[in-house]
Amino acid sequence: MDYDKALELFEPVLGFEVHVELNTQTKMFSDAPNPAALGNVHAEPNTYITPVDLGLPGSLPVVNEQAIKYSISLGLALGCEIAPSSRFARKNYFYPDLAKNYQISQYDEPIAFDGTVEIELASGRVITVDIERAHMEEDAGKLTHIGGATGRIQGAEYSLVDYNRAGVPLVEIVTKMISGTEADAPEVGKAYVSAIRDIVVSLGISEAKMERGNLRCDANISLSPRGSGTLGTRTETKNVNSLRSVERAIRYEIQRQAAILAAGGTITQETRHWHEDTGVTSAGRPKSDADDYRYFPEPDLLPVEPSLELIAELRAALPEAPSIRRKRLKEAWGFTDLEFQDVLNSGLLVEVEETVAAGAAPAQARKWWTGEIARLANAAGVDASTLVSPIHVSELVALVETGELTDRLARQVLEGVVAGEGSPSEVVETRGLKVVSDDTALIAAIDEALAAQPDVLEKIRDGKVQAAGAVIGAVMKAMQGTADAARVRELVLERAQA
Amino acid sequence: MSEITPETIAHLANLARIALTPDEIEKLTGELGAIVDSVAKVSEVATPDVVATSHPIRLVNVFRDDVPGETLTTAQALAGAPEHDGSRFQVSAILGEEQ
Repeated sequence: MDYDKALELFEPVLGFEVHVELNTQTKMFSDAPNPAALGNVHAEPNTYITPVDLGLPGSLPVVNEQAIKYSISLGLALGCEIAPSSRFARKNYFYPDLAKNYQISQYDEPIAFDGTVEIELASGRVITVDIERAHMEEDAGKLTHIGGATGRIQGAEYSLVDYNRAGVPLVEIVTKMISGTEADAPEVGKAYVSAIRDIVVSLGISEAKMERGNLRCDANISLSPRGSGTLGTRTETKNVNSLRSVERAIRYEIQRQAAILAAGGTITQETRHWHEDTGVTSAGRPKSDADDYRYFPEPDLLPVEPSLELIAELRAALPEAPSIRRKRLKEAWGFTDLEFQDVLNSGLLVEVEETVAAGAAPAQARKWWTGEIARLANAAGVDASTLVSPIHVSELVALVETGELTDRLARQVLEGVVAGEGSPSEVVETRGLKVVSDDTALIAAIDEALAAQPDVLEKIRDGKVQAAGAVIGAVMKAMQGTADAARVRELVLERAQA
Repeated sequence: MSEITPETIAHLANLARIALTPDEIEKLTGELGAIVDSVAKVSEVATPDVVATSHPIRLVNVFRDDVPGETLTTAQALAGAPEHDGSRFQVSAILGEEQ
């Protein structure tokens, strides 16, 4: 069904479960190295494992203290209460992605609960998302299905299991129901996941790369018929692995459900899988059956009771919240929404901030980073931040401001800096790129250009000042960019009357 | 009396992926019912001033430093696996969906 029509008939209600892989050195309950801290780069299967990760008889889990601290920090950053006492629980299910036949998670006593995250949409609309809880658990291993037509689970002859990821520390953040988003629902999903990503990045507790599975989002969506005051049946869409997918999947699911409901059908409560390539969701397992996890307290682990001192210490160490930081910087720099968005989209906020801190005007810092530097980075296929340091950019800006370099010369200097020829002033020196401030060479070039174009000289003398452009161009060319165009113009007009 | 019915047993068997015959279900309904009833006796003697606990010794905050230790080699990991492909465990085709 058409999206606008769907919104006319129904009100969307959202909910999110975001899993964050922590980047501790070791796993949640074993001292195996944590692949999520190593970029999840391809490691030989079943090498980052200990007997604990395989659930071998006699092995016992022990909690990673750093993972507890990271979880508390995340809870605090989400504005949550930290439980004075929380404990782990077994979530029982029979599926070989975990060898134990259960996942160690938290059930009735999560480490953090009752928080809020404020998100801002492109329109400027601000929405407060209530956080129900954030709990700790372990990630599961990876299955590869062999024999099916497309490597999918249906029709597979057998499956191969790699337990490297089993036991990677996870924090699962669960929101309360989000209503009132109306047509903004897809953007709310994207902005929410983006806000969570910003928070974990600012805390430094996760690599937070969605494409690598460090950050995973399940989106719960239901539709409430307008004026009915009743909630619809929800579906849970999994496998949403990019911010763009979050937006697309929500939009798709709203349209799909609206079409079914409008035709008199009912929504099945189920897990659905998002397909990035085709842009649709498909039905997974029905929810009711598999939800019978028979949770019970994990007898192998003891309660976690963080001291008030530890919580206070972690709270004091929290970085400025990303949303507050952005607001502060945008105001301090006097950028328009568009200019600031430009910086955010380029992912160079930190670079611009450091360049400004090193003394450059904000507008100049933005111009260089999102312009020439981004262009060079794009051409080289690398991150702009790796090309040049904020200090050097600030120095370059200063050289332009004092008139020692023209913009064109500055671009050449930048190329030198990027090529590793040293700081901007060193490149100016070695490449001899300084603006010629001694007028003698300029005057000689101007006189020569005027002599070569007597018709132009005539026009200037007749008061047709705009004709000077041809001479200025010739002089700039002759000086190979080392001349300041404004000064050349001044001198051309002066010499023409001589 | 416990609330263990043949349906409960069939449901549990399904979750645990154990195939049971009707005879076995009937037998287990009685046996498991008796076990649950025995455990239920505990709540008869428990007084309100006894706090429910999951551990006999009251300990908290037993942690480990975040320092990598020794890992198994692939060969060690796979040593007890009935089937494998040299680096991964091989399991029979899984019916149903991922959790």
